[in-house]
Amino acid sequence: MSHEVIQSTVVPIIYLVSTVLFIFGIKRLSKVKTARQGNTLAAVGMLLAIVGALLELGTVDYRWIAGGMILGTIIGAAFAIRVQMTSMPEMVALFNGFGGIASALVATSVYWKLVVQQGGAGTVAEVIGTDEAITVMLSILIGGITFTGSIVALMKLQGSLKNGQPILLPARHFITFGLLFASIVFGVIAVVAAGSDSVQWVLLLAGGALILGILLTIPIGGADMPVVVSLLNSYSGVAASMAGFVIGNPLLIIGGAMVGAAGLILTQIMCVAMNRSLLNVLVGGFGVTDGAGGGGSDEYTSVTSCGPEEAAMVLEDAESVIIIPGYGLAVAQAQHAVRELADLLKARGTKVTYGIHPVAGRMPGHMNVLLAEADVPYEELLEMDVINPEFKSTDVVIILGANDVVNPIASKDPTSPIAGMPILNAHEARSVFVVKRSLSPGYAGIKNELFEYDNTMMIFGDAKKVLQGLIGEVKDL
Amino acid sequence: MTLGPLLIGIYVFVLASFVGFEMITKVPPTLHTPLMSGANAISGITIVGAVAAATTAPPTIANILGALAIVTATINVVGGFLVTDRMLRMFGKKKKK
Repeated sequence: MSHEVIQSTVVPIIYLVSTVLFIFGIKRLSKVKTARQGNTLAAVGMLLAIVGALLELGTVDYRWIAGGMILGTIIGAAFAIRVQMTSMPEMVALFNGFGGIASALVATSVYWKLVVQQGGAGTVAEVIGTDEAITVMLSILIGGITFTGSIVALMKLQGSLKNGQPILLPARHFITFGLLFASIVFGVIAVVAAGSDSVQWVLLLAGGALILGILLTIPIGGADMPVVVSLLNSYSGVAASMAGFVIGNPLLIIGGAMVGAAGLILTQIMCVAMNRSLLNVLVGGFGVTDGAGGGGSDEYTSVTSCGPEEAAMVLEDAESVIIIPGYGLAVAQAQHAVRELADLLKARGTKVTYGIHPVAGRMPGHMNVLLAEADVPYEELLEMDVINPEFKSTDVVIILGANDVVNPIASKDPTSPIAGMPILNAHEARSVFVVKRSLSPGYAGIKNELFEYDNTMMIFGDAKKVLQGLIGEVKDL
Repeated sequence: MTLGPLLIGIYVFVLASFVGFEMITKVPPTLHTPLMSGANAISGITIVGAVAAATTAPPTIANILGALAIVTATINVVGGFLVTDRMLRMFGKKKKK
């Protein structure tokens, strides 16, 4: 088969098949039963797309391509295989950042090759075409924002950047929008500038985009990072789509647009789960402890605490137990210990279920992944709407490192930062045990009045150690 | 009416966006993380563009940028799909039990 036939017929058909595989893949990823198959389908689609791209090139020097792919595969696989399930949100953010910068690099490379190296006369728009020139700049802008935004999100998730607290610069909206406007101006100038003069403007645009990613993300608190990562995921799709316009490849346009749209919807779904608007999340500053929060003092006055042995005695008589896992469980890597305790209780005839808040952990669905890792049966994980009516008739609730998602203030005080956020009604149970390292506030930065309730007992300590203590005590019953 | 490449591209972009919107209507919270991670891997499709950007032997700036794009896009693709599979494998295994 001649190279022309391959280019004009075979390659487009391969790309079409790979598009269809992506559509089926995403569709199947959104249902529990078919999710894994969906992921595999999408991966096969990607493999086909790469084969198509190599066929399209024909005979070229493959050394850079092969080297880059081998290096990328080793790094990507090493990250993916070694990462702890608890760090999954950070991993998604990191990969997302790489996807964004890749699109920006593709656009820059095309620009560099056609404009700087081959040096045609006339403006950038004349050398590579107006449409391509505009989409080159858009790829750089969106890809750059995605990259640094994702890196900041990663650091916030890790808590290595000011403990995930919002960082609020003075006049930040003015600075951010000013820089966004300036970057767009740089991009426009770069399109209409003569080829030889355009480099500085492209570099200014790239620099502006990278700084914008940081500025847009630092005012947003760690608790909202999952929404930000989801939104950045949408951006990286759009960046890929723009790169598709640059090189005139429909597969990139389609794949990128689908991810862009799907990411946007997913972002919206998450915002609804937290009872927040996307704008409210993006403006940032959520969870800043400014002390202006009305009369409610942040000091705890009447907290009772106990040790594992007392908790075990209460558990001895309990007929029903609901476990509410939160981020503390993930930090302590206590998912296996919690399953062991649940198994012990079940062996004694106690009914054990798990109440999963939509934003428990560091990312929606994060708790489900962690507990699945510890072989907790899927049917025992109940969503908020299902489990909330159950608390009234439940003997014991064990809260493991969760805080804001069980704070009754959300439904009582309309001035509270978390007002209106749906919570798990743990306080309605007969006894509540809160396993927590200290009385420090959660992401929202506020006191949790549940800790002062008469039916609440605090068990201070690392979730895993406390659970191991509890397991020992329950065994001795 | 004749459509230039840009307009066809915009048609494709808009229609594909609708496909994306329609596909993600009801997703159980359990799957939010894996879905995000899987979609993220698909956005690594930019690797197709990256491959076309690094096709000559001498190390020019365009080529180095292209090669960097290949490395980062490959990390996104390989890591993204692998990590999604790791998560979803866990949902699968308890089914059999």
